[in-house]
Amino acid sequence: MKLDARTPGGPLAEKWDRHRADLRLVSPANKRKFHVIVVGSGLAGASAAASMAELGYQVSCFCFQDSPRRAHSIAAQGGINASKNYPNDGDSDWRLFYDTIKGGDFRSREANVYRLAQVSGNIIDQCVAQGVPFAREYGGMLANRSFGGAQVSRTFYARGQTGQQLLLGAYQAMERMIGRGSIRMYSRHEMLELVVIDGHARGIVARDLVTGEIESFAGHAVVLATGGYGNVFYLSTNAKGCNVTAAYRAYRQGAGFANPCFTQIHPTCIPVSGEYQSKLTLMSESLRNDGRVWVPTVPGDSRVPRDIPDAERDYYLERKYPSFGNLAPRDIASRAAKEACDDGRGVGPGGRGVYLDFSSAIARLGEATIRERYGNLFEMYNRITGENPYATPMRIYPAVHYTMGGLWVDYNLMSTIPGLHVIGEANFSDHGANRLGASALMQGLADGYFILPYTIGDYLATARLDAITVSHPAFAEATNRATERLSRLLAIDGTRSVDSFHKELGHLMWNECGMARNAGGLRRALARIPALRAEFWENVKVPGAAETLNQSLEKAGRVADFLEFGELVCRDALEREESCGCHFRTEYETADGEAKRDDAHFTHVAVWEYQGTDAPPVRHEEALDFEFVKLATRSYK
Amino acid sequence: MGVMRLTLKVWRQAGPGDRGSFHTYAANDVSEHMSFLEMLDVVNEELLVRGEEPIAFDHDCREGICGTCSLMINGIPHGPRRATTTCQLHMRSFRDGDTITIEPWRARAFPVLRDLIVDRSAFDRIIAAGGFVSAPTGSAQDGNSILIAKDRAEHAMDAAACIGCGACVAACPNGSAMLFTAAKVNHLALLPQGQPERAARVLSMVKQMDAEAFGGCTLFGECEAACPKEISLENIAHLNRDLVRATLGDRGDSTRDDE
Amino acid sequence: MNRLFALWDTTVGKKVAMAVTGVVMILFLISHVISNVLIFSNPAHLDSYAAWLRSLGPALWIARAVLLASVLIHIAAAYQLTIRARRARPVEYNRREVQVATYAARTMRWGGVLLAVFIVFHILHFTTGTFHPDFHPGQVGRNVMEGMQVTPVAMFYLVAMLALGLHFSHGIWSAFQTLGFDQPAYRQTRRIVAWGLAILVAGGFATIPAAALLGYLKWP
Ligand SMILES: Cc1cc2nc3c(=O)[nH]c(=O)nc-3n(C[C@H](O)[C@H](O)[C@H](O)COP(=O)(O)OP(=O)(O)OC[C@H]3O[C@@H](n4cnc5c(N)ncnc54)[C@H](O)[C@@H]3O)c2cc1C
Ligand code: HEM
Ligand code: HEM
Ligand code: SF4
Ligand code: F3S
Ligand code: FES
Repeated sequence: MKLDARTPGGPLAEKWDRHRADLRLVSPANKRKFHVIVVGSGLAGASAAASMAELGYQVSCFCFQDSPRRAHSIAAQGGINASKNYPNDGDSDWRLFYDTIKGGDFRSREANVYRLAQVSGNIIDQCVAQGVPFAREYGGMLANRSFGGAQVSRTFYARGQTGQQLLLGAYQAMERMIGRGSIRMYSRHEMLELVVIDGHARGIVARDLVTGEIESFAGHAVVLATGGYGNVFYLSTNAKGCNVTAAYRAYRQGAGFANPCFTQIHPTCIPVSGEYQSKLTLMSESLRNDGRVWVPTVPGDSRVPRDIPDAERDYYLERKYPSFGNLAPRDIASRAAKEACDDGRGVGPGGRGVYLDFSSAIARLGEATIRERYGNLFEMYNRITGENPYATPMRIYPAVHYTMGGLWVDYNLMSTIPGLHVIGEANFSDHGANRLGASALMQGLADGYFILPYTIGDYLATARLDAITVSHPAFAEATNRATERLSRLLAIDGTRSVDSFHKELGHLMWNECGMARNAGGLRRALARIPALRAEFWENVKVPGAAETLNQSLEKAGRVADFLEFGELVCRDALEREESCGCHFRTEYETADGEAKRDDAHFTHVAVWEYQGTDAPPVRHEEALDFEFVKLATRSYK
Repeated sequence: MGVMRLTLKVWRQAGPGDRGSFHTYAANDVSEHMSFLEMLDVVNEELLVRGEEPIAFDHDCREGICGTCSLMINGIPHGPRRATTTCQLHMRSFRDGDTITIEPWRARAFPVLRDLIVDRSAFDRIIAAGGFVSAPTGSAQDGNSILIAKDRAEHAMDAAACIGCGACVAACPNGSAMLFTAAKVNHLALLPQGQPERAARVLSMVKQMDAEAFGGCTLFGECEAACPKEISLENIAHLNRDLVRATLGDRGDSTRDDE
Repeated sequence: MNRLFALWDTTVGKKVAMAVTGVVMILFLISHVISNVLIFSNPAHLDSYAAWLRSLGPALWIARAVLLASVLIHIAAAYQLTIRARRARPVEYNRREVQVATYAARTMRWGGVLLAVFIVFHILHFTTGTFHPDFHPGQVGRNVMEGMQVTPVAMFYLVAMLALGLHFSHGIWSAFQTLGFDQPAYRQTRRIVAWGLAILVAGGFATIPAAALLGYLKWP
């Protein structure tokens, strides 16, 4: 597998401009002749589909939801970063670039991240022009708030619904082009196979989730914008439908999968309340600005919080990280919570929770102020738990939230399969080993609005592609692969439900490959997963038929892929014998329990190449050389 | 408190062609901490073990923002709790021994696909007809070159908060989509960016809304009460005014061509 | 003109037409009720009022034309919107809990039909005299007093006035919205205005059949 990042030379700040000048163009008249298949309608997919259609390409866009507007980008709350420096607090492209590289614990590509910072401002302009109702100051200017991991205010937001508003902006831009006939939207369609012809991605096979029909679509290029794979852990802040299927099917066709073990855990989510739990809800990080995190000092203290005197409370973040205190970065705050609960000092059902206490803030600022700042979040908490956070502290616990890993792409966002482009959370992207808050929305929109529309032109202009229709035998093969798999799933007719397998896989991943990992646990997982997968293929029960709307069948297909993919995540975690960002190996920690990187051996991207379900994949490395920043140890003490 | 036993009366329908009917299921040991959809998950697991097909219902984010979940619960869209989607409705809103009737949204424009799942693509077509600002990628000037007063931006945000769930249509005795359409029309009409296409937008969106076989609005106000995002009826008044102005008054440049 | 048709072609436009025609009818009824209650002071006043109306000549016919047109447009729109609403929900819910829709709002359609019937009857009753036991052209006051002596007729008037009151109240409230006024701040005020007018007008009319039934209103 050849890994050529195609990073342009020259000074960091000029790379993107120079590269753009070198990119080959498709003449306006010819654009119409190219058909681009975009899988995914989230921020990345919708913005890319709209922008390419505006340029004149013929675009087909797919999503599994009933409307493109429901992609999980809709759930993003906090905001989106941009180096506008409106607050005049000294922000710049360089600072945004450096914060992102450092936040990612020096495991991402300099050139890509700098480009991200460079286009961040255009994103805000574009979204404002679309009518996205960003928060404003009294003077009518755009408002900014500060977010974790940065000392400047560079986060733009629309109440607690930034992702929703940005997505609706992109969705509306896309609907406009749908109305003009230059985008064909296929909702309730799930991509099941990638079609590769003569080494080029030339189409997909998708299932119409309403009729069950398996359909083929041929194009000149395929773009995957299919989001993250957090649901491999079963419980996460992702939507129920989020899956790895599209990316994994591409991986099986030869696309390299990069850093699958880089998965992010968010510290402030509402804890699990019982076995039936189906998903976890995020509580915006901003709560940590006024809430104090604590657990009882003695294990198994079952008193109600208000009866526990201050002396018997452990405000562990304030104790361990005096300077950042309750605002310590996500990975650190999450691990600290886990340790407290492992000591048996956790609170709430199952002892898997810690208190986020606002009483001192309420005493200091008054309930009115707190209501004004967090009213909607407190309401949401009350809706879900039935508890009143004004009177009693919230209970929170970390949950899987984001996946930095993904399909490997070069500077042009193209995977190791020519013609297959990957954007948004689905690619291994610019976040290294840890993503800073408010930078995923930025990356998804940067890819879709301002990078892919240029770079895909270069591919289409240079690749010599002969005309192909769905009658090409490769489509028949792919269709057979898909149908054969579906009928196999239906034929098993065992005794265990799909969810029961998904839950078991999730528990396993969470325990052995979650917030803290070690060789022993990872080996246990690597031994267990194949067995679980084998049982799945013998004993799963998938009712109904393939020719109808069949949600059990949809789930089964996705879980079947998670059962293979989970193994890849653990394998990657085992091979990366260092701690960096969210990947914390207990064997590699500093004296005071912080992540200990091994720059000598692991300053690279791990890229996995598929070799068959039961043959171990091959691990390749893309060396990361840092010309412009020098590797430092993160410290938030 | 704690564990509840419930009786569910659920609409089952094999497909668009099928006539469909109500089936009764027992949901035993339901925890008050479950969400309504988690309760259905549990029922579905039991059905599965018994070899019956699970109840099909739409859902995705399960945190009240994607607008995928639906369900008419005891005659109220999204169930009894104010300003709450079905996925965020928790079982503590019900009492032990209750019988719960669960039906799909009912409207000609929302045909049932299976059980409780309906096709809401009519909403997408209403947006495609004009629910946007024509701002091709790259054409925008600096974000701060457009000033918008804080309260106006907040007002626009109130309308923009619509999640496209369709509860307004489900609740409306006329099966009207006015609240959904008005929310989008008004979100954009409130902002400077929305002005150039303001007249054309309201005309084409209402035209499409009517073409989708939704009913007309006669101000029952049920939609506002059902809306999980508390979209205000005020938006409908604004749409009406904009439409009259757009048809009778000066239409502005954007629609010269269609006169 | 074709712009008016363009407006009529939308559901919103039909609703606007109903609002406008509704308001025309409301204005007529306000003047109509005022003139009618004159009967309590002295039937002669009513006669002279009617005579004055007649003296207007063409103006009266124009007014009548406008009024007739209004009723017809109003009915046409009401009919089309009602059919449309029926079609929009082919399968009814097994259970639907009304949250906020008022009784008045829910009876607009039947109330309207009743009013239509009433108006036809009413004109044959007092304008043409067709249904009148003994009709004396010009002696409007007398016609009313005698006409109202027939108990079932008076009863029908009372029922019609009840329907009118309800229709009227939601009508006005709804018309505000249709014509584009709805600051949430003024919602309460609009409800009060709507009910106030409805009670005054419908109530005002109702006093006449009521008085007749109770025997206060007799032609000497
Ligand atoms: C609760 C939550 C809060 C967040 N808050 C923030 C925040 O404040 N700031 C921030 O920067 N980031 C935030 N993030 C991260 C950010 O929202 C996501 O990383 C980003 O939106 C991903 O966008 P995307 O377009 O790549 O994928 P998605 O928005 O997930 O879209 C995926 C698309 O692919 C489609 N798809 C997937 N699989 C298939 C298939 N097999 N066939 C067909 N279609 C398929 C789906 O239908 C969907 O349209 C948050 C994430 C979560 C979960
Ligand atoms: C002639 C027979 C009548 C019929 C069939 C009729 C029917 C209707 C119907 C179905 C509506 C729509 C329901 C709604 O908008 O909520 C309506 C609204 C209305 N009616 Fe009537 N009506 C009649 C007479 C009247 C009269 C006599 C008046 C005057 C008092 C009147 C005033 C109104 C008003 C003001 C509206 C509100 C229009 C709007 O919502 O904008 N109607 N009518
Ligand atoms: C008890 C209540 C009412 C009484 C006593 C009453 C009385 C009369 C009388 C005496 C006339 C004939 C006037 C004339 O010929 O000059 C008349 C005409 C009329 N009334 Fe009424 N009326 C009442 C209620 C109503 C209501 C509620 C409506 C409408 C919904 C209505 C609509 C009309 C109309 C349309 C005419 C014909 C006007 C014309 O000929 O130009 N009336 N009414
Ligand atoms: S207006 Fe309210 S009810 Fe209607 S679609 Fe939008 S959010 Fe749902
Ligand atoms: S309920 Fe229906 S009638 Fe109008 S006000 Fe709402 S759309
Ligand atoms: S499932 Fe997304 S809003 Fe309910």
